[in-house]
Amino acid sequence: MSDSIYLDEARDPLIIAEDWMTDGKDVAIATVVETWGSAPRPVGSHLVIDAEGNFHGSVSGGCVEGAVVTEAIDVIDSGKAKMLEFGVADETAWQVGLSCGGRIRVYVERLG
Amino acid sequence: MDPYALKTLNAERRARRAAILVTDLGDGRDRIVREGDQVAGDLGAAIAKAFRSGNSGSVEAEGRTFFLNAHLPQPRLVVIGAVHISQALAPMARISGYPLEIIDPRTAFATPDRFPDVALHAEWPQDVLQRQPLDSYTALAAVTHDPKIDDFALKAALDANCFYIGALGSRKTHAKRVERLLALGASADQVARIHAPIGLDIGAASPAEIAVAILAQTIHAFRSRGLEAKGAVA
Repeated sequence: MSDSIYLDEARDPLIIAEDWMTDGKDVAIATVVETWGSAPRPVGSHLVIDAEGNFHGSVSGGCVEGAVVTEAIDVIDSGKAKMLEFGVADETAWQVGLSCGGRIRVYVERLG
Repeated sequence: MDPYALKTLNAERRARRAAILVTDLGDGRDRIVREGDQVAGDLGAAIAKAFRSGNSGSVEAEGRTFFLNAHLPQPRLVVIGAVHISQALAPMARISGYPLEIIDPRTAFATPDRFPDVALHAEWPQDVLQRQPLDSYTALAAVTHDPKIDDFALKAALDANCFYIGALGSRKTHAKRVERLLALGASADQVARIHAPIGLDIGAASPAEIAVAILAQTIHAFRSRGLEAKGAVA
């Protein structure tokens, strides 16, 4: 059967998160829980992050992953989940955002 | 996320079974719901809908906000028969999001030349399906007309509870097929699940039109999974 019908385990964020957990790493999982307008990744998409800032998957087209990773390291430390919201980038302020014009909400939680 | 929930979810996904991770966005508690698990109230209704659509999203229920992350296996289509219909069906199914594979032991039919870029098995269904079993997220269309090739696959599809099972042939041909499948041990209820003549009744005449009818019926079966019991599907 074609590979597409089975999980692409080497790139699947949730499989990677489980592998990291098995290796004894602290892990955070970020999930797109809501989108408005044009959004690069659908609701349910994951980014998984370890305490060193390594990550797999995506919650946008690379626009806000850096900010999510920073917040995720906080979440790993505190154990307290966070809801993040990203909208259009303000280019003059160098603020993190989505150049596509959409808005997304990302839920970041610690694994375990 | 609860580590046990993550392990359970990944195990279900590896086994090609549908599961939904339900997270209470207020307190962060989560749990896995499998297809067929009974969940009451508004939350249960939203979960049933998410299993049918495969769409994830938030839902308000019992004064709380839950996030439902629906993980459905990739639906796929197995076609028994490397025939003219299959040649038209292969690209259409792929574009529609139903990756397709073709099984036909007749090596004159199952050639890469006739089926470029298609997963093709020039083998008996018995051999292929033993290695790669059917499941409830697989559709099966039997289009060889040849009982020696089609019958085993149809019985296997009934036993695996494939979400769609169709078989090419007239009502008369199908009546004989029903007798053979009953003799193979299929129940009358099982056999009644087979769509024959195959495809939505759109008056399809050419092989490509029949392919459209088969694909449309496959999509309808997938999107109405679980509704039959409530009489919502004709």
